[in-house]
Amino acid sequence: MGFSRRSGRLLRWGSLLLLLLGFLPGLGGCKGGDQAGSHSLCIAGSTSVQPFAEKLSEVYMQQHPGMRIDVQGGGSSAGIFAAQQGAANLGASSRELVAAEKKLHEIAIAWDGIAVVVHPSNPLNNLSLEQLRQLFQGKITDWRDLGLAPHTIDLITREEGSGTREAFEHMVMGKTEFTPSALVQDSNGAVREIVAGDPYSLGYISAGLVDERVKAVAIDRVLPTRENIKKQSYKLVRRFLLVSRVPPAGECKAFVDFILSPPGQQLLEAEGLVGVK
Amino acid sequence: MDKGKFVERVLFLLALSSISSLVIITIFIFEEGLPLIMHTGLKDFIFSTHWAPTKGFFGIGAMIVSSLLVTLGAMVLGVPLGLACAIVLAEFCSERVRRLLKPTLELLAGIPSVVYGFLGVIWLVPLIRDHLGGPGLSLLAASVILGIMILPTVISISIDALTAVPDVYRDGSIALGATEWQTVRRVVLPAASSGIITAVILGMGRAIGETMAVIMVAGNAIKLPSSVLEPVRTLTSNIALELGYAAGRHREALFATGIVLFVIIMVLNLSATLIARRR
Repeated sequence: MGFSRRSGRLLRWGSLLLLLLGFLPGLGGCKGGDQAGSHSLCIAGSTSVQPFAEKLSEVYMQQHPGMRIDVQGGGSSAGIFAAQQGAANLGASSRELVAAEKKLHEIAIAWDGIAVVVHPSNPLNNLSLEQLRQLFQGKITDWRDLGLAPHTIDLITREEGSGTREAFEHMVMGKTEFTPSALVQDSNGAVREIVAGDPYSLGYISAGLVDERVKAVAIDRVLPTRENIKKQSYKLVRRFLLVSRVPPAGECKAFVDFILSPPGQQLLEAEGLVGVK
Repeated sequence: MDKGKFVERVLFLLALSSISSLVIITIFIFEEGLPLIMHTGLKDFIFSTHWAPTKGFFGIGAMIVSSLLVTLGAMVLGVPLGLACAIVLAEFCSERVRRLLKPTLELLAGIPSVVYGFLGVIWLVPLIRDHLGGPGLSLLAASVILGIMILPTVISISIDALTAVPDVYRDGSIALGATEWQTVRRVVLPAASSGIITAVILGMGRAIGETMAVIMVAGNAIKLPSSVLEPVRTLTSNIALELGYAAGRHREALFATGIVLFVIIMVLNLSATLIARRR
């Protein structure tokens, strides 16, 4: 009697412990990662790539019932790190890999422009690359300096570590630093939201996310249109990458092939990006 | 082992686990953050305002000042409002009104901070931008939102302090010919002062630790503000904004930011405890 009671209790606590242990791996990143069943994939990384990856996986999952694809944000660096660690099958990056990350297998899935955006009521149509640099260095702080009615410019940048910021820094700022007076927002959406509401603001977002609530400005007289991004006559163009530790195989390869296939690329184009094919 | 003993032990273990999580968190943030403070030197870390973590500059001076300013702003707004509310609820209103109002105020505490932030972005920020100038996302916006957020803390602890004052004090004062307001001002408030100070300090702790709502309305610029209409970045926002991407020294710098925050909040809580115990 005593024995059976004790073993019952043991069983109960044991199962509770097992349950807890079972939760632990689920805490960080995708569950299972590499070794997860062959019918699930995990993509983590850039918040710029995330909406597009979600769209792609949504369509892919419709075509392949039983397949599960988790798409997570976290940022380019986090995505690359997750891919290196094997915590995610694919890491999404909106910046180029640095030397230390070159060991990863990279697949370019699309081109994206970085659009400089202002409020639709703003008469500004064109900026030179040099003016843009001076704006973000804090040397131009008033719209008067750009030939418009005097008012302080509400400059918006992204947080340190963001892929969009890194790409912008690389293409526009060179070695110079962003002005500390700039507002900092933590997503493309938040930047767009502020620009849409503030007539005196100027920020930069992924060209795929420009909508009618904000106005994209031409850089050196070239607008970030699809054609200009494809021809690369627009200056601020970056690649969207998927990276993995090993060359994609199996389900992972099938998904990558889908992204690079005409339907996948069309899907990206429909969402505002420019295909690589 | 009988059942009572067993339950007792389990409860004891559970209690220990909550304390040990505090210990683990403390050890963890110090272990992660201290190397950077050693590297840059405490003085440079705390007093420099040059924050460019990917380029090797780790100065959180501007953020410390911003955190304190935002908190001060929240106090200026939240304490008089909260205290006035507590006095009315504890001293002047009827039992029926109190039964209606107190739970309503406590509901304020249950609203998630992201909702406050959202409200701030949608309503308060355009209001400031259009009528006062600047980008709207500002020290002022953060202070107003935080001022509202600390109300439940300030009010409920102040009410407890006021109701703890024995009725004989009030009766005595009235009997000596004082009016009700004179009684509150000269007798009840001084008697409840330590509790009210505790309420203020706990409200401060709440304000300085708030993150989500502040990120959404403060603008997060890294420089020292020169007016209340300029954007600021607080210590908590700095951690939350950048931790997702940070690696190496940058990551350590964010943990070190956490240490500074931890010390500030510890000092606040400790002084609240000491003041409450003085009575």
